[in-house]
Amino acid sequence: MTGPGPLVRLHGASFGYSDLPVVSGVDLELHSGEVVALLGPNGSGKSTLVRGILGLSAQQGGEVELFGTPRERFTEHTRIGYVPQRHSLSSSVRATVTEIVEVGRLPHRPWWRPASRADRAIVSEAIADVGLTDRAAAEVAALSGGQQRRVLIARALAGRPELLVMDEPTAGVDSANQEALADVLHRLADRGTSMLIVTHELAALEAVVSRIVCLDSGHVDFDGDPAAYAAHVGGHSAGSGHHHDERSPRSGHVLGAAPLDPGPREVSS
Amino acid sequence: MNDLLALDFMRQALLAALLAGFAAPLVGVFLVQRRMSLIGDGMGHVALAGVAVGVLTNSAPVLTALVAAVLAAVAIELIRASGRTSGDTALAVMFYGGIALGVVLIARSSAGTPATLTSYLFGAILTTTTADIIVFGVLAAVVLATTLVLRPRFFAVANDEEYARALGMPVLGYNVVLAVLTAVTVVVSMRIVGLLLISALMILPNATSQLFARSFRSALWWAVAIGVGCSVGGVVVSYFAETPSGGTIVLLAVGAFLVASVGAALATRARRAVHARSERHDHEHGPGCGHPAVEHGDHVDYLHDGHRHAAHEEHYDEHGQHAEVEPR
Repeated sequence: MTGPGPLVRLHGASFGYSDLPVVSGVDLELHSGEVVALLGPNGSGKSTLVRGILGLSAQQGGEVELFGTPRERFTEHTRIGYVPQRHSLSSSVRATVTEIVEVGRLPHRPWWRPASRADRAIVSEAIADVGLTDRAAAEVAALSGGQQRRVLIARALAGRPELLVMDEPTAGVDSANQEALADVLHRLADRGTSMLIVTHELAALEAVVSRIVCLDSGHVDFDGDPAAYAAHVGGHSAGSGHHHDERSPRSGHVLGAAPLDPGPREVSS
Repeated sequence: MNDLLALDFMRQALLAALLAGFAAPLVGVFLVQRRMSLIGDGMGHVALAGVAVGVLTNSAPVLTALVAAVLAAVAIELIRASGRTSGDTALAVMFYGGIALGVVLIARSSAGTPATLTSYLFGAILTTTTADIIVFGVLAAVVLATTLVLRPRFFAVANDEEYARALGMPVLGYNVVLAVLTAVTVVVSMRIVGLLLISALMILPNATSQLFARSFRSALWWAVAIGVGCSVGGVVVSYFAETPSGGTIVLLAVGAFLVASVGAALATRARRAVHARSERHDHEHGPGCGHPAVEHGDHVDYLHDGHRHAAHEEHYDEHGQHAEVEPR
């Protein structure tokens, strides 16, 4: 499916907004089949980094290669599926789940060609993949936050990407939906979909993740497998007051048990 | 009605109303989606300056208005894309400069009278010439064809601009095309509803259909139906009641909105009365969730402790009791 090289290669990359760098000097390679969790405290630059990879925040230095092509010359946008953080969907007009997911198919055909039967089949499949077939004709604004998040995942899947980039897919999602979401990610991982997941809640995704990258103050300060990460955090927790996100790596952590975990049902906006 | 159609100018007026009533809501839905409902108003202001130049130089006001509105449309999108906080003020300067220039130029021209000004501001369908109708017809055809073909892309860009950008779509390009289509629609509709009321025909039918439609597609076609109904109906009413066409059309559109609001409120209340939610649910039903699925009319229910549960919006509805079946 992919060439031998990495899907994403960053070398000394810096990203930010206007003249302000937020992350700098990042070296990172993502390979096919990996499920990478990108951790870090608020403001550490996780979102800026993934948005930089997608070309949504300005690259201020270093090299960024996507599927072996420098980002400025990269045109095969469909190979990366983006799942944004908050639903940035306009809610000023009504739209159904299917109508939103169809958007993910658009870059696969020229502007003048209407959706084919194959396009529609792929859209239904993407909706089934996230377990929303029952609600395919439902209005997106009427769904809960977690269900809306799954709509955004389906939209990305409809593009049949080789790499899924997700920004905080579990943030503010209730426990039933968090389970449903973890199931979805599991199925995708089993199928060999590569993923880069920005997250706060490692516990929810622990079983899916194959590698952990930790960002702090705009720099990578850990990169390794989950076992090494546990040792790394364990080594620090002996009173060093380390800066890692304290909630995420707690062993035996049950969602809904900690004071900051989302309650059993969130209020959707 | 037959003697109405026997009149040449009425036939033209009705045709122009049909074109405007169709095109305006079709373009307007994307303005509503982008929360730019009033932008058509601004373009109308600038178009008046174009009309004035046409009146002053004795050339076709429709064409000069078209040039002015399209230039304004491109400027609006470029100013918005620059993302500067001063952009909003820049738009205000442009819009009010446009309408002020229009008023002053028309007053200075020998051909212009206060009646000329009023006819452009509030619509004067009966003065529409055959040449105008041909121009309107061509412009409306361009707007319809472009909007229908690009509808999925306009939807994508208006719905989630950042995602569209991540997909590599030329977001600014689509926004400029949409703005130009808006400008063309302003000009197509200016003889019928007038430059000051033009936004109403783009926005009100959409606001109305949003009250009851359940998808983007159905809302759009309802809005077009309401737009055509109001503009054609408005022209007919204005003929018999001897009222200005623009104001009559907009009042009909406002009336449709009010009727739909009341209707939607009553329907919601009625639906709530017959609609039972299941008990609170920390579980998402689906294939392989462990609860047997049974067909129920046009949908599938999941049997949960002897009750039928059906997906509705973000929750499950209680669809009554059902004998347990063996789990699959």
